[in-house]
Amino acid sequence: MTTVEAHTSLTREKLLWMYGRMTLIRKFEERLKWLVETGVPVGPVHLYIGQEAVAVGVCAALERTDWIASTHRGHGHCIAKGVDVSRMMAEVYGKSTGTNRGKGGSMHITDVSVGMLGVNPIVGIGVTHAVGAALSAKIRRTNQVAAAFFGDGAASTGAIHEAMNLASIWKLPAIFVCENNGYADATPVEYAVAAKNISDRAAAYEMPGVTVDGQDVFAVWEAASAAVRRARRGEGPSLIECKTYRYYGHHQGDNPLRYRTQEEEEVARKRDCIKHFRDQVIHEGLLKTAELDAIAESNHALLDEAVAFAESSPLPDPAELYTNVFVSDRQWLPT
Amino acid sequence: MASNVKEEVRELTFSQAINEAIRQEMRRDSNVIVMGEDIAGAAGRAHLGFVDAWGGALRATRGLITEFGPERVIDTPISEMGFVGAAIGAAMTGLRPIVEIMFVDLIGCCYDQIMNQAAKMHYMLGGQIPLPLVIRIPFGSHGAKRSYGGSAGAQHSQTLYSVMAHIPGLKVVVPSTAYNAKGLTIAAIRDNGPVIVMEHKFLGSSAKGTVPEDPYTTPIGLAEVVRGGRDVTLCGIGRMTHVCLDAAEQLAATGIDAEVVDVLTIAPLDEATILKSVMRTRRLVVVDEDTPTASMARDIAARVADKAFDWLDAPVKTVTAPETPVPFAAVLEADYTPQPEQVIAVVRKLLG
Repeated sequence: MTTVEAHTSLTREKLLWMYGRMTLIRKFEERLKWLVETGVPVGPVHLYIGQEAVAVGVCAALERTDWIASTHRGHGHCIAKGVDVSRMMAEVYGKSTGTNRGKGGSMHITDVSVGMLGVNPIVGIGVTHAVGAALSAKIRRTNQVAAAFFGDGAASTGAIHEAMNLASIWKLPAIFVCENNGYADATPVEYAVAAKNISDRAAAYEMPGVTVDGQDVFAVWEAASAAVRRARRGEGPSLIECKTYRYYGHHQGDNPLRYRTQEEEEVARKRDCIKHFRDQVIHEGLLKTAELDAIAESNHALLDEAVAFAESSPLPDPAELYTNVFVSDRQWLPT
Repeated sequence: MASNVKEEVRELTFSQAINEAIRQEMRRDSNVIVMGEDIAGAAGRAHLGFVDAWGGALRATRGLITEFGPERVIDTPISEMGFVGAAIGAAMTGLRPIVEIMFVDLIGCCYDQIMNQAAKMHYMLGGQIPLPLVIRIPFGSHGAKRSYGGSAGAQHSQTLYSVMAHIPGLKVVVPSTAYNAKGLTIAAIRDNGPVIVMEHKFLGSSAKGTVPEDPYTTPIGLAEVVRGGRDVTLCGIGRMTHVCLDAAEQLAATGIDAEVVDVLTIAPLDEATILKSVMRTRRLVVVDEDTPTASMARDIAARVADKAFDWLDAPVKTVTAPETPVPFAAVLEADYTPQPEQVIAVVRKLLG
């Protein structure tokens, strides 16, 4: 449980935004899951359901101009950072109106205009790009910070360790956010990680490391806010481990009951982050049931719109196969 | 004027030319930064009087830190995957990084960043952003003399540029002289996409030459006919262009007139210049220091066989390193590295 101060220092607008984003992520993923199950050919998708509090808690502590880098399980990060869900859905459908004009797909959704540097399915690699964005912010003196999401699987890659060391020796405004959902594909974290907590590894890079309840958006937000403040003060990076749970398989179609028990799933689902948030804010009188329900309703409409947009959008022109291989000589606006 | 005359004869080494290119671009654009292992050296030891201990593997970045400071001339730990990735992230967010990977043999430590990230970023993102990134990579064996090799062995002497040319989205240039090293480096820095600059470690004295002081670019994607001839085309890449020129010189003494094409950019390849030359000379020998399977040599040979078949008077030939790792002993390294004598023997057979 987080402190009362955490709740009371958040404005009503921020609380509504948190609920809105968490439920929009859930709704996006549920709709996508349904679409895949009904045979819409969208390629491999990795659902974020269950982990919403992590993306939303971290992005609630960031400004629009800050950067994030994401993982293969990236839809939640995109939505939390403000990527338009219609353009995301169109991208998943491979349409020309998608965020990447149909050339990326679910595993590459990117919208640099809102500070989202990319979903990245090479596990661990996106973190190095966030470190580069933090380096760029420091050299250009923009006061931006860069947050890098990665999973418990990525925690064992060399890329993560190189990135943490670089960020620390250069005192970069970077935040390493480990989403420990217990599984790397079908490999349990207790098998793959030689540490009690992944946050313990922060000590090796002389940065603060905390483990928080990833099902509690307030706890995530508090830790992220502290890391953002430290980063903006020029004191360097932080590592936040968020213990969370993915409700479904590694990818859509994977049956997780081949590597974990039904009982474990049921216990985890009892600690649902959205339900937890809703109960708390209603109990504490911060938000009313009616306004929360209104958000859920508007999300439903947003998703209907997104799917309609994706389905009615044109496919990429065949010539698109050959464009953007090399970067043109034209003048590019600063990012 | 006397000063002009002086400038025209100013000679720089290969490394000095690259150094001047980087320095001039860093002065022109404050977003240009340099990163790599020991690109300055003695990092953080200025208070003890130690600055710029190395200046990079080829000493091509020496002196930059004293002019631009450690914020823009960044020594990295030995973390190729980390710092090449950081350079990509920096290029995505407003900087124009120049990264040095100490030797090409080390690309295994960061190949994902090169082939999955840098090469594909612009395409995967649907062209959202440019990726102005330069990766400088020293490469190559010595093998010019049987008494003295590079003797850096199998993991510090390779060529390997074909594994980068293979990836769509990367431009790969291989300068051969101080003049085109400066021009191609400036062109690479000004390019909005990722460019790999392959710098041969042993181009020192043979590549020394006249280099204008004012900044200039050598266009990426163009080969150059560096010696005219009518009997055979010799196509060289990097230091092999000098091997071709040496062979052409010796062939001329026996009445064979060889044309030499310096490929300069291996991706995207300037097919037109090579084809035009072959259509004139009707014979082609490609000389490539890389190992032969899936090499630039065979790629060029295949393209010419495909597109200029009707003009050819003889089969297209290649002179490459053998299908072996680079050996250590100088005598073996000399046998490994293509020599002018091999080129001459192949040409004589073609014309015989």
